Amino acid sequence: MILRELVLDPAEFAARTGWQIKAEGACKGEVCIPLPAQARLDDGRVDAVAVARTLGMPVVEDAAHGAWVLGPETAVTGRALTTAVAPELELPDADGNPFKLSSLHGRKVLLVAWASW
Amino acid sequence: MWQEQRTHWYPRGLEVVTVALDVDAEQARPFIEQAHAEHPSLIDSAHVTDELFGFVNVPNGVWIDEDGKIVRPAEQAHPGRNEFTESFRTIDLSTLPPDVADILREARKITSEPELYLEMVEDWIEHGAASRYAHTPDEVIRRSQPRPDAHARAAAEFELGQWLHRTGDHAAAIPHWREAHRLFPENWTYKRQAWNFEDPMRQGHTDAYDGSWYEDIKAIGAENYYADLIP
Repeated sequence: MILRELVLDPAEFAARTGWQIKAEGACKGEVCIPLPAQARLDDGRVDAVAVARTLGMPVVEDAAHGAWVLGPETAVTGRALTTAVAPELELPDADGNPFKLSSLHGRKVLLVAWASW
Repeated sequence: MWQEQRTHWYPRGLEVVTVALDVDAEQARPFIEQAHAEHPSLIDSAHVTDELFGFVNVPNGVWIDEDGKIVRPAEQAHPGRNEFTESFRTIDLSTLPPDVADILREARKITSEPELYLEMVEDWIEHGAASRYAHTPDEVIRRSQPRPDAHARAAAEFELGQWLHRTGDHAAAIPHWREAHRLFPENWTYKRQAWNFEDPMRQGHTDAYDGSWYEDIKAIGAENYYADLIP
């Protein structure tokens, strides 16, 4: 997740990483990891470094462009999946219409990744 | 080709969703238009899907049940064989430029398992959670890609490169994509996406990167290009 400051907007953070900031901590599926009190800012946003440290997310800085990038979590299972609960995925189709994976709830889904390259 | 399978599967409760992992969405569009698919055909120009689900090559698939639970994590997912997919096996290599012939010779050694994959999907449609191919949450997590710190850093470097590329500074992206390749050499998605910008399709050796499709597949052995399907 690209950041221009080391502060996370909970909605953007959830949309990009699947982690939701709740009262009990950072949660993905059934997994909730408590956050240190100082991670929560008065304006409802959260401290990116504190969240990164808690979830084992690398923070890579690009000083020349004034940006940071937050990598995916490593701290919970050490695997690509932290939970078997599928994260929400919202992407556009070829016409630019947004599609949400969760709209297929109640059906089996085969999600296939391909590429032109 | 997924559309053809989808016509049999959709009435029995399964939807196919395809996601094109293409930084340049325009490169995916002609394929999508040609497929005339009825299923959602999405474009992920930021490679968010690979990071969220653990895809490291294409085509790869995950199974998600009616409750939104993943029952098979990322693995090779081939929709079958037809004249088009098999044409590279029958073409006379002596008619091709030597470097293209070399590439096809390696491509012919790649082992993919479309028949087994389709059989597994059929079984899941038929038996649901009772299918021997649908796994418990713990097993799904265990079977998902390992993610040491180096792989998480590779994801970050790859994303940073994409961001720089999108801002119009392609040259600035290259060192970050090189670093992603170094940190996670088994990730073909990071490599093929990056190589393709320098040498489209052939993905040959250029000054930008240490490897190339041909050199890297020779190094690991074509039979290891896709991890075996483990039913």
